[in-house]
Amino acid sequence: MTTTAPRRRHLDRVRWWTYLLLVLATVACLFPLYWMFIVATTDTATATRMPPEVVPGGNFLHLAGLVMETVPFVQALLNSLAVATAIGIGQAVLCSLAGFAFAKLRFPGRNALFLVVVLTMTVPTQLSVIPQYLIMSELGWVDTLQALIVPGLASAFGIFWMRQHISATISDELMQAARIDGASTGQVFWRIAFPIVRPAAFVLGLFGFVTAWNDFLWPFIVLKSPERYTAQIAIKALQNSYDVDLGLAMSGSFLATVPLVVLFVLVGRRMVAGILEGAFKG
Amino acid sequence: MTVTLSPPLDTAPPPPKARKTMGLGERLSAYAYIAPFFLIFGVFGLFPFAFTFYVALFDWNPIGDQVFIGFDNFVRMFGDPRFWNAAGNTVSIWALSTVPQLLLALVLAHVLNHARLRFALFFRMSVLVPYITSVAATAIVFVQLFDRDYGLLNWLLGFVGVEPIDFVQSTWGSHLLIATMVMWRWFGYTTLLYLASLQSVPRSVFEAAAIDGAGPWQRFRHITVPSLRPVIIFTVVTSTIGGLQIFTEPLLIASGAPLTCGAVRQCQTLTLFLYEQGFGQFEFGYGSAVGVALFVMVVVIAAINYLLSTRIKADR
Repeated sequence: MTTTAPRRRHLDRVRWWTYLLLVLATVACLFPLYWMFIVATTDTATATRMPPEVVPGGNFLHLAGLVMETVPFVQALLNSLAVATAIGIGQAVLCSLAGFAFAKLRFPGRNALFLVVVLTMTVPTQLSVIPQYLIMSELGWVDTLQALIVPGLASAFGIFWMRQHISATISDELMQAARIDGASTGQVFWRIAFPIVRPAAFVLGLFGFVTAWNDFLWPFIVLKSPERYTAQIAIKALQNSYDVDLGLAMSGSFLATVPLVVLFVLVGRRMVAGILEGAFKG
Repeated sequence: MTVTLSPPLDTAPPPPKARKTMGLGERLSAYAYIAPFFLIFGVFGLFPFAFTFYVALFDWNPIGDQVFIGFDNFVRMFGDPRFWNAAGNTVSIWALSTVPQLLLALVLAHVLNHARLRFALFFRMSVLVPYITSVAATAIVFVQLFDRDYGLLNWLLGFVGVEPIDFVQSTWGSHLLIATMVMWRWFGYTTLLYLASLQSVPRSVFEAAAIDGAGPWQRFRHITVPSLRPVIIFTVVTSTIGGLQIFTEPLLIASGAPLTCGAVRQCQTLTLFLYEQGFGQFEFGYGSAVGVALFVMVVVIAAINYLLSTRIKADR
């Protein structure tokens, strides 16, 4: 086939159905959140009427108050915030340290130990919840937040990811220069390496935060008293009173989702960039 | 995971002169930097994992005795229709969620990769919104949308003459509902994984194909799909391992009988069965045996993945 200029421009054009497809996908992604908001702001009678409401009602404060009466939901949000923040920051720091050691320091057993880190990613730890629970009772950590935080700090993937970033961005010449100036390993890490890879560590911490905020199975097993609940477990508690008011669990879900939506609006583009860089292929 | 993890292993830089300046203290600090991971993973990951195999050999009651019974838990499991029911449900939900999800992600990644797409960042961010929504919140809203009496879906289906469907109470309906939630939450994430891989294909390849007369479908079929093959295999494996561990959705959709996901266990998955035995019936030994069974399935899937990925390398 011969090539002509107009033909080529035609081929490069984005077809209308491309946008149609993407708009449909966007609607599918956003509609359930919108619907959550609708039901969370209307009373049961309105929420169950057909055709459904399409504008938010004025019942949000009433329902939110009911949520707070049923479970200590503000406490649950604070617990989630504490756990997710500790895990996010902890992963970012610990994985940067370990990634730095694997990328830039030489020590006996380095490659073998790194292989062990990679292999641990293949161990499906979620299947061992029963022995994990036994360990937590031995430690006396059942019904505490550290039972969620401490195990969440170990991220093999995070080490893998930080090691790659540190290898790619910090040259041996830079390391060498710092050492000649008399910097210790710790100083090299904190003053030179960490500031350079901080954006990568931030993205890692973000994913750690989101995962911890949304975690369900392990908190569900290990938390017992309502004042220790994370937001997700509080939603489950609200659902038990589903028959009382349809909007209750929905209001709880909405309250537990809003903080992450706000976070996503602020820094979501960095999460997208993190995935597109190939961050989470492993 | 063999697909994407193997190459970076040998990218470790050869440190040229670093050795001279590194003393004993420096080397010890290196161990200190990696110690927290090994300590935490050892105590809360590896040890409980190994301990699962041990507990599975006992009649283990958390507040009673622990009696060694050998492989009795496994014998019991293989004869337990509830186990096979849960295994069947798990496979069914996995297939219903994974296949459409990966196909949709392929198509979306292909169109998102277009050089002249407008609002590209907006679309990319939008598809990631379900990923930041928790499974619990997802379950609450989808159960409402799929409700028999008050759900939007049944209301819409009513216009085309479909009788209200009780999704939660029927076997296929509950599977479809859970699969929809899983798919909704993950398809955008998978799309971005595919897009990441697709962006490493030089644009000139697509342009050359277009000049040679390849239409959109041919470009999709002969460039996009083959170049994504490693990441497709990877996502099949991760979604399979994730599919074996589906727990929260079935727990939350049947609020009347959460631990069995309905009166007739119509949507109880293997992980929910593990939870029911372990923390509902306090049969830690039997629950652990289910955990071992799940692990064996993960290993088998990983092995199949390994064979597939080596076959593909050999083909090239």
